[in-house]
Amino acid sequence: MRFMILIKADKDSEAGVMPSEQLLTDMGKYNEELVKAGIMLAGEGLHPSSKGARVKFADGKRTTSDGPFAETKELICGFWIWQVKSKEEAIEWVKRCPNPLNGDSEIEIRQIFEMEDFGAEFTPELREQENRLREQTEELAKQKS
Amino acid sequence: MTVPDVHRTIDAVWRIESPRLIAGLARMVRDVGLAEELAQDALLTALEQWPQSGIPDNPGAWLMATAKHRAIDALRRQKLLQCKHEELGREYAAAQEDAMPDLDAALDDDVGDDLLRLVFAACHPVLTTEARAALTLRLLGGLTTEEIARAFLVAEPTIAQRIVRAKRTLSEKKVAIEVPRGAELAERLSSVLEVIYLIFNEGYTATAGDDWMRPGLCEDALRLGRVLAELMPQEPEVHGLVALMEIQASRSRARVGPTGEPILLLDQNRARWDHLLIQRGLAALKRAEQLPGSERSPYTLQAALAACHARARTAAETDWVHMSALYTTLVQLTRSPVVELNRAVAVSMAFGPAAGLELVDALQGEPLLQHYHLLPSVRGDFLAKLGRIEEACQEFERAASLTRNVREQKFLLERVRVLKSDEISSP
Repeated sequence: MRFMILIKADKDSEAGVMPSEQLLTDMGKYNEELVKAGIMLAGEGLHPSSKGARVKFADGKRTTSDGPFAETKELICGFWIWQVKSKEEAIEWVKRCPNPLNGDSEIEIRQIFEMEDFGAEFTPELREQENRLREQTEELAKQKS
Repeated sequence: MTVPDVHRTIDAVWRIESPRLIAGLARMVRDVGLAEELAQDALLTALEQWPQSGIPDNPGAWLMATAKHRAIDALRRQKLLQCKHEELGREYAAAQEDAMPDLDAALDDDVGDDLLRLVFAACHPVLTTEARAALTLRLLGGLTTEEIARAFLVAEPTIAQRIVRAKRTLSEKKVAIEVPRGAELAERLSSVLEVIYLIFNEGYTATAGDDWMRPGLCEDALRLGRVLAELMPQEPEVHGLVALMEIQASRSRARVGPTGEPILLLDQNRARWDHLLIQRGLAALKRAEQLPGSERSPYTLQAALAACHARARTAAETDWVHMSALYTTLVQLTRSPVVELNRAVAVSMAFGPAAGLELVDALQGEPLLQHYHLLPSVRGDFLAKLGRIEEACQEFERAASLTRNVREQKFLLERVRVLKSDEISSP
């Protein structure tokens, strides 16, 4: 299963303060570990929200507003996409991450939808059930004719 | 944390840590089976203690330290009971002298090298292919016996037996835990890649069970491949295999219809392809192609073929001319009539059905393809396109009689029906 790992922004990251050399080194090592473990599918850092924009959908209209955005806590400044076996494995890997910001910080772990998550019609049991029903209907049709 | 929570966390820690734990221990005790038992012992200790004591801050280091102590006990027993392995004894003595700095170093240094040695031991040719696959998933994928059994739809005791026997064989045959060199490396590496691709294919086109895909196994194989690519960055074949698997896996979502029926590549909705995996696959292919020897590497060539489809935004945009050329090289390398049949399809797409038919006709006497339904099926397709309807129908009927897949039979006979009715209705 895949997870998106979201690093929450803080004042520094929003102000465009670059990480310290030490943090860059530690993060580089950590990323290397993720690649060596074969779990890292993608990962990027994000520019401050001042370089971004939002499009609002309301009353059938689309309104654009440019960054920066005030509610820093709800913003993110980077993400990874990992392929792991369980949420716990993702948590264990996140616990090994160097603190991504200069001050206190938070990393959020969210599961990505997979094919299996969509629609129960994909389960073999239901498919089987459907086939049985069809056979029964055909049988009935034969008896009638 | 509740006890089940702790257990789930321990499972996760185990999956992350067990490969390098076992690899480091295998170097110390020079026995894969013993190394795995020692690591398992450490896991059991964790399962006993962590629910009470809480999970340590550095669970990996905790497991290492615990396993290491067990290893020293084991070495002591070996030393006392057998006194056979002098080198081990010396290692043990040295270890005892000053708080075991050498063993610390043994576990911490060259994790990559240790892992690589373990890969080659687990995929050693003295083992059957099935045993290699189970052992690799167990030792390097961090899967439990139960998970492997579920993945292969085999009873758990069967897999447990298979693993026990494999470990015993490695001990009895005194298989050295080392990375082979020189000419042997190529041969042994192909055995490793074969195992990973087998695991992938078992997931991609499941040979048993209701689902014709088991994505979990594909993910395990991909993970093993990606790990190996980092361990052996100079081997084009490794990157080639990773590229091939990434690109094939990118189509998983698109290759099954709503009622579970397979959808052929050219009919797939390309918007449903996984573009992240495609990008990863193309990047791995690029890495492979930049290395010397890649032009004669079968996995890289297959990945390049898969990439031709991945790069085409629509089926009509497929670069069949390039694909024909790639197949020509692949045929020269593999001498496989099945690959030659694929080449015929690419050639027909690139240069017309007559050119394809010429190649297929040359394959008619091929003993390996005598009962292969795709030979008459492909030939029938070319004949139909050339307007030779009667011959085409004969070939499709022959193909239908050769396949045991009901869905395929239906598909072939439907083509016959359509061709015949078209012939009657057209003036």
